[in-house]
Amino acid sequence: MFKYITRRMFWSIVTLFTILILLFLLLQFLPGTPFNDEKLSEASKALLNAKYGLDQPFFSRFGIYMKNILTEFDFGISLSIQRNWMVKNIVLPRLGISVRIGLQALALGTFMGIILGVLSASKKNTWVDTLATLIAIVGVSIPSYVFALLLSYVFGFKIPIFSIIFNFNDPIKSSILPTIALSMFVMAQVTRFLRTELIEVLGSDYIRLVEAKGVSKFKVIYRHGLRNALISVITILGPLTVTLLTGSLVVEKVYAVPGIGSLLVNGILTNDYNVIVMIAFVYSALYITMNLFVDILYGIIDPRIRVAKGA
Amino acid sequence: MEENRILEVKNLQLSFQLDVGTNHVIRDISFHLNRGETLAIVGESGSGKSVTTKAILGLIDDNGAVEEGSILFRLNKNGKEEIVDLLHSTKSFMQKNIRGSKIAIIFQDPMTSLDPTMTIGNQIMESMLEHKLVKSKKEALERTRNLLDLVGIDHPDKRMKQYPHQLSGGMRQRIVIAIALACEPDLLIADEPTTALDVTIQSQILELIKDIQKKTGVAIIFITHDLGVVANVADRVAVMYAGKIVEEGLASEVYYDPRHPYTWGLLSSIPSLDGKEEEILSIPGSPPNLIHPPKGDAFAYRSSYALAIDFEEVPPMFKVSETHFVASWLLHPDAPKVEMPDVLKKRLNQYSHSKEV
Repeated sequence: MFKYITRRMFWSIVTLFTILILLFLLLQFLPGTPFNDEKLSEASKALLNAKYGLDQPFFSRFGIYMKNILTEFDFGISLSIQRNWMVKNIVLPRLGISVRIGLQALALGTFMGIILGVLSASKKNTWVDTLATLIAIVGVSIPSYVFALLLSYVFGFKIPIFSIIFNFNDPIKSSILPTIALSMFVMAQVTRFLRTELIEVLGSDYIRLVEAKGVSKFKVIYRHGLRNALISVITILGPLTVTLLTGSLVVEKVYAVPGIGSLLVNGILTNDYNVIVMIAFVYSALYITMNLFVDILYGIIDPRIRVAKGA
Repeated sequence: MEENRILEVKNLQLSFQLDVGTNHVIRDISFHLNRGETLAIVGESGSGKSVTTKAILGLIDDNGAVEEGSILFRLNKNGKEEIVDLLHSTKSFMQKNIRGSKIAIIFQDPMTSLDPTMTIGNQIMESMLEHKLVKSKKEALERTRNLLDLVGIDHPDKRMKQYPHQLSGGMRQRIVIAIALACEPDLLIADEPTTALDVTIQSQILELIKDIQKKTGVAIIFITHDLGVVANVADRVAVMYAGKIVEEGLASEVYYDPRHPYTWGLLSSIPSLDGKEEEILSIPGSPPNLIHPPKGDAFAYRSSYALAIDFEEVPPMFKVSETHFVASWLLHPDAPKVEMPDVLKKRLNQYSHSKEV
């Protein structure tokens, strides 16, 4: 297991390195410059370009970029959002709230999804199943920002339990609505996957044998069915993280959450290259970490994988 | 129920509701099982063997319906004996008092019968703990060690910590047998326990089952489609066809004096080992569709010995001896005298010959 994890970590680092190169290349294709101000004359734009090194040839800029990141984890300074601030100092303080909302949404969605999935699989073809499936279809079909708007309208405006926009003085309470909005898609996907998988597992021979042992129905589902069905549900947790990341861009905007999602949107709108690079890099790192975590989780739940890759 | 009987199935009729109609899977069968005895139920796929065992365990699917009959079982509870009807017991009664603890089952395919995510030890201990047969985990471990020893698995402590995928098919079937024996059941159902195994392993498992019966005195219902497999294991044999028992008798009677054309067909289709006979008879056609069961004797449509009455009326059980019963109009006193096929006659002669030697 240890050897396996070390190898996975090595490849994670190689992937991150490749991402850095790709990000730099892709940003060359962004139209416009960070200095899209009509009041600026051509001469002052040229001056600004020279000041921030944007007039340098491609390869020399690439060299500086890679050197700064690899040696000092320095992504440069912000060009437009908070001009002349270190990007690091803009992004990192905002990272916490985004990660927290994301993890909360993942945990809540998975938890609710497991409950709904187990209910609908164990009561297959009854009204419980139909209801759970209906909730899942709604959750998959409606994008998270619609839920975000709906929730803030109902629980922020009509019944004002929560504040409509993010409140700095009460970050925990303020994170509830964004969490729910983001978790809907996770919940729906987990429900759908678990239902299909659990129905198949419950129809298998070893479940027949456990039933023949005289084990109660609850234990059959909880101890044998769920554990086996979860193996394939874990597979989708990785891809689901992507939907959380992309969902957070809009949901953070709706609730004015001071996270990195809304910062990325602003960065793209104002051509703030360095901010975009750093946030894209952070997102990639989060996603890769999540996949690594899922792989380790696999080994814990499924002994067949543990032994095969153990060595 | 007679004193020495442990199980008695009376006039069982079972059907399944399908979209296309009602499938009459079990059409009025009766049989019994004595203490410590092995009954083999033989028949081809779809004859209703496995459904019968599911009915005994109370594991019939939701779309199944019991139309008639009863399954009486002698339940020994803390030394007190009572007779319960398994067919009309509640699900929770079956789960708490019967399944696993009094009646256990061995399934066909050991490769899929074990939970891949649980250790062997925990899977064997599960039913003892569930039925509170042991007071402590330590006692359960000790019992599991003895069970593994009984089913012929060495290094029990190492095996208990392993997962199913680390064992071979034959080993897994031994584990499945150990699971079945965990609560010292009074009745063991073996549902084609050797079908999915290599021939060499088959005989080992058969020997093991015989050996266990000798040691524990458990009564066994042995389900199979292969008459050859049960020849040495069964005390009595019941041959099933299209949801009915067509011939029932002591193993010696069914093997050496078969009377039903279907049993003839089954016996003739076993290839012989000496290779002298070129001819292996097969039974023409396929089993009938039980959504619309045929009138009369269901086998008449595939039998070259069918009489006119076979297409009109269901044959009753004719008594050949105190223990031998056959459902075929051929045994009616007025029926024309019909001999079994020559190939089979020759072969049976050989068998009884080799038996004497």
